Amino acid sequence: MNALSWGAVEPQLPILLVVIPLLGALLTTFLRNSFMAWLVATVVAFTLPFISIHLLVSVLETGQPIVYKIGNWEAPFGIVYRVDQLSGYVLSVIAIIGAVIMPFARRSVAAEIEERARSWYYTMYLLCLAGLLGIVITGDAFNAFVFLEISSLATYVLIALGKNRRALLAAYQYLIMGTIGATLYVIGVGLLYVVTGTLNFDDLASRLSAAIIDPGQRNAVVTALGFIVVGLSLKLALFPMHMWLPNAYAYAPSFATAFLAGTATKAAIYLLVRVVFSVFGVGMTLENLPIGEVVIVLSIAAMFLASISAVFETNAKRMLAYSSVAQIGYITLGIAIANQAGMTGSLAHIANHAIMKTALFLALGAVFYRVGSVLYSDISGIGRKMPLTMAAFAVAGLGLMGTPGTAGFISKWYLAVAAIDDGMYSVVFLIVASSLISVVYIGRITEVVWFREPSKAAAKAKEAPLSMLIPLWLLVGATIYLGFDTRATVGTASEAAKMLLEGVQ
Amino acid sequence: MELLKTFAAHYNYFITIFLMISGLFIVIARGNLIKKLVGLSLFQTSVYLLYLTPAKILGGTAPIYEEGYKLYSNPLPHVLMLTAIVVGVATLSLGLALVVRIKEAYGTVEEDEIFAKDPEAE
Amino acid sequence: MFTSLFATLQNMAPEDLILAALLIPTAAALLIPLFHRIPNLREAVTLIAAVALATVTWSLYPHIIGGEQPELKVWEVAQGLTLSFRVEPLGMLFGLVASTLWIVNSIYSIGYMRGNNEPRQTSFYVCFAVALASTMALAFSANLFTMFLAYELLTISTYPLVTHKATPEAMKAGRVYLMLLIGTSMVLFLPAIVITWATAGTLEFTAGGIIPIAGENAVSPFLLGGLLFLFIFGIGKAAVMPIHFWLPAAMVAPTPVSALLHAVAVVKAGVFSILKVVVYVFGIDALTTTSANTWIIYLSAFCVLMASIIAMNQDNLKARLAYSTVSQLAYIVLGAALATATSVTGGALHILMHAFAKITLFFCAGAIYVAHHKTEVSQLDGLGRLMPVTMFAFLIASLSIIGIPPLGGTWSKWFLALGALDAHYQFAMAVFMISSLLNTAYLLPIVSRAFFKPLPGIANGEKVAIAEAPTACLIAISVTTLGCFFLFFYADFALDMIKLVDFTGAQTNAASSPAASAEILKGASNVR
Repeated sequence: MNALSWGAVEPQLPILLVVIPLLGALLTTFLRNSFMAWLVATVVAFTLPFISIHLLVSVLETGQPIVYKIGNWEAPFGIVYRVDQLSGYVLSVIAIIGAVIMPFARRSVAAEIEERARSWYYTMYLLCLAGLLGIVITGDAFNAFVFLEISSLATYVLIALGKNRRALLAAYQYLIMGTIGATLYVIGVGLLYVVTGTLNFDDLASRLSAAIIDPGQRNAVVTALGFIVVGLSLKLALFPMHMWLPNAYAYAPSFATAFLAGTATKAAIYLLVRVVFSVFGVGMTLENLPIGEVVIVLSIAAMFLASISAVFETNAKRMLAYSSVAQIGYITLGIAIANQAGMTGSLAHIANHAIMKTALFLALGAVFYRVGSVLYSDISGIGRKMPLTMAAFAVAGLGLMGTPGTAGFISKWYLAVAAIDDGMYSVVFLIVASSLISVVYIGRITEVVWFREPSKAAAKAKEAPLSMLIPLWLLVGATIYLGFDTRATVGTASEAAKMLLEGVQ
Repeated sequence: MELLKTFAAHYNYFITIFLMISGLFIVIARGNLIKKLVGLSLFQTSVYLLYLTPAKILGGTAPIYEEGYKLYSNPLPHVLMLTAIVVGVATLSLGLALVVRIKEAYGTVEEDEIFAKDPEAE
Repeated sequence: MFTSLFATLQNMAPEDLILAALLIPTAAALLIPLFHRIPNLREAVTLIAAVALATVTWSLYPHIIGGEQPELKVWEVAQGLTLSFRVEPLGMLFGLVASTLWIVNSIYSIGYMRGNNEPRQTSFYVCFAVALASTMALAFSANLFTMFLAYELLTISTYPLVTHKATPEAMKAGRVYLMLLIGTSMVLFLPAIVITWATAGTLEFTAGGIIPIAGENAVSPFLLGGLLFLFIFGIGKAAVMPIHFWLPAAMVAPTPVSALLHAVAVVKAGVFSILKVVVYVFGIDALTTTSANTWIIYLSAFCVLMASIIAMNQDNLKARLAYSTVSQLAYIVLGAALATATSVTGGALHILMHAFAKITLFFCAGAIYVAHHKTEVSQLDGLGRLMPVTMFAFLIASLSIIGIPPLGGTWSKWFLALGALDAHYQFAMAVFMISSLLNTAYLLPIVSRAFFKPLPGIANGEKVAIAEAPTACLIAISVTTLGCFFLFFYADFALDMIKLVDFTGAQTNAASSPAASAEILKGASNVR
């Protein structure tokens, strides 16, 4: 019995974070009953936030990273899992989103996925969750690639099972682009391995500083950086490498969209931050090479062009997908500005955007459940039929616009302060001007759902079931709450930002 | 002459790069969904070479820790590529499965014909 | 019983009163939907909340007039972003205006909404209560962040009111309203706050201003002017031209909403914000010594005249009143821009005086619509015979706007004109005078038309039955009209309070030792 005491379990928590969903996935494979599969997935998904928050809290308390050596192999030889302020934070975001949406899943998946595929759908979900958590927790560059592919392969399936046949095409396109991105990343990692002979992030960082001085190796290192940045930019849908995203989000089943919008790109952003800041060190990457400037320009382009695409969209899910591309632009902008306020804003926005966008997609999922469509023409006037759902949508929409009193404002505030700290006054106006475009697209859908006469399909709809409303309003509540109490987001993010920027200035 | 020597000494890298570029080219230039997957596989295969060629030492054996075995190749990249091959196979098979479903849904595997039938899918 | 309640309230800690002022309308907003099916009870909630709110704000008044500035610090959201409230004289004045007029407006709303059988009345009253809650938060805000929060909340809560009729026209007006107000606040106001934070290291409203114009971190006069530009146009609710379109557009809303926009909350929130920014963020001395305010003096003077001229050409009654508001708001902005103690006093007084006069005018316009469904000035011939009370009230309110004694409007014009002389801008005084003539030219013809022209189709001597608006509307109109008189004789209550505004920061500086202020400066630079 002693083996199961907390003292024995606690040191194993980092690996459990990946092993539990993997085992859960295995279990659901053998379950024919979709309710049982859902139950297993829910139980698994709800254990993960506790583990990740426990890890994060202990890291924040001690200030020291938790390092877990797999098979007790020492760092450069074996694979280590490493939880520090940054990874603990992103892990918690992913785990919380992964858990909160589970009550929503049952009815939504039952409505949108065929009976025989339902159990396996939860298998894919758990695999995807395991992969995303693995990307964030691992301290090994190649291991990260493997987890990237585990989550991606599961994601392709999650998307492809959408009812519309376009889902197949969207999944195929994502498969092509995602594989190219992951392969570019692994090419970069290979070059780094050739130069340094190690794959461990910490070890890489210390050896790279020597390699960069050697003119014979410098080119290889810079090339590796290029491959990695481009590869990960594809995965995180940095403009203009976002082409796969709108269709993938639009035609995936509602549950998958809500999950992916909140978590998938965030894990890729984490990996980019980890490699660029912890491994290469921002001093080298962002000052000697124009990567920072390029990313700033692309981010701003994303904020504007993707937002404008969202304005003219008539499919609500695609509209939100374009908005995601724009919001990713905010996150990469702060990362590229690379000062304390900017990193804090970006990292805070990872959580804030995950919460708001998941809430918005959940609301649309509930509408899809009742109406069977998310085209503007079909959901017009739905606000009067599903007031609670659409009120939640409106509040989350306010968050997306960055209205003060919501989480979105906090991220925007820090980004604007970051731009001013760097003397980039024009960027401040670009940030606020682009959020004005979000007022337009949120305003447009608000008019459609509240002020137009109900369409034929909407007239028959009724309020969403409680199992959908509860996760939705939980997230909406969090949007408001995190607009006033920012200790969890900004507090942790600023610790992580401090750690990231410490070694390089 | 010097250039030729460099080329000859690093021919394996040039093969890697050739495979990489041609694979990527096929993915982008071809409209047939199967051919795209072939290109994607080629692209992934080039990575195996990229990892393996620096790891292999001419005349080296497998890493056997024993008297009489002095020169051996680096085992780690070989192991890594074993994983990468698995990933590649999984990606390819999933991709092919998707193409089968697309064929069922659209009746064709040519990109331009699909978009002609369903302009909004683009 | 009521007096004892009032006594209890006065004994309450002022901090609790602030909290109560914020919570009462919020609670009303939560309670109103519960009584969706019982309209009488629902309206009772609104009325009780309005009376309670006014009682609470009036109980705060003795504290303020006694020189206190009670503060309620709620929560630090993030570094530099504090949610806190402090009641200073200007905010107290605005709070009193808004909360008192809410009672009158609620009475009027009930008459109007029932008289017109408007749909969706529950959501109407909910939004109204939320708007009042945000107005109180704005009036009592202690820093720019809290002010911005309340400002945006006010915009969002009034949007459903503007689009209440849900007609294509209302939608269009709603779009203009939202885009102009949210747009300017996001694109100009928010950057202005961020830049203030970056240069001053604080967002707290402080007597004498917070932006350094001398010393190490001094802001150049050019940047100061730019910042003023961002604030003036960022606060779109003040309707400074060319950000005034939303106000005439929003007149499609029901009349109680127009009254809310023009008198109780929205535009007043705009000019109040500008006053507060000028006094407590820039400091009037900083503006006059750097001359960063010159351009805005000319701009607002232009607005005063231009809007009056446009108003003269409007046939739609509410449109005419809307442009009149644009012109009157520019008075207040001009008062702020002149940046002397007297002119700011005039501006603050004008918030009060104009509120009472303009709400009366809008109530009259609404009463005319409810009783006779007339909206154009040219349709009002002889209406004075049908609606003598309404048209007489209209006359009184017009005279107050023009600034004729014994009506409240006299005082604010007096102080504004004096302020113009103080600031050595004689032309500004001329502008005030010319504008008064223009006011006469666009308001009084309406009255003369109603009283002196014959009713169409009815001979001059013939008797007609009086057909006034519902009683609730008439009560509201009478109350605000009497208010216009009352304010002439009892303007002291407001004036004494405004005198307590510490324009230069001398009082606070005198209180704190030089070492303490050095400490503050150090703290400010540490934040950066």
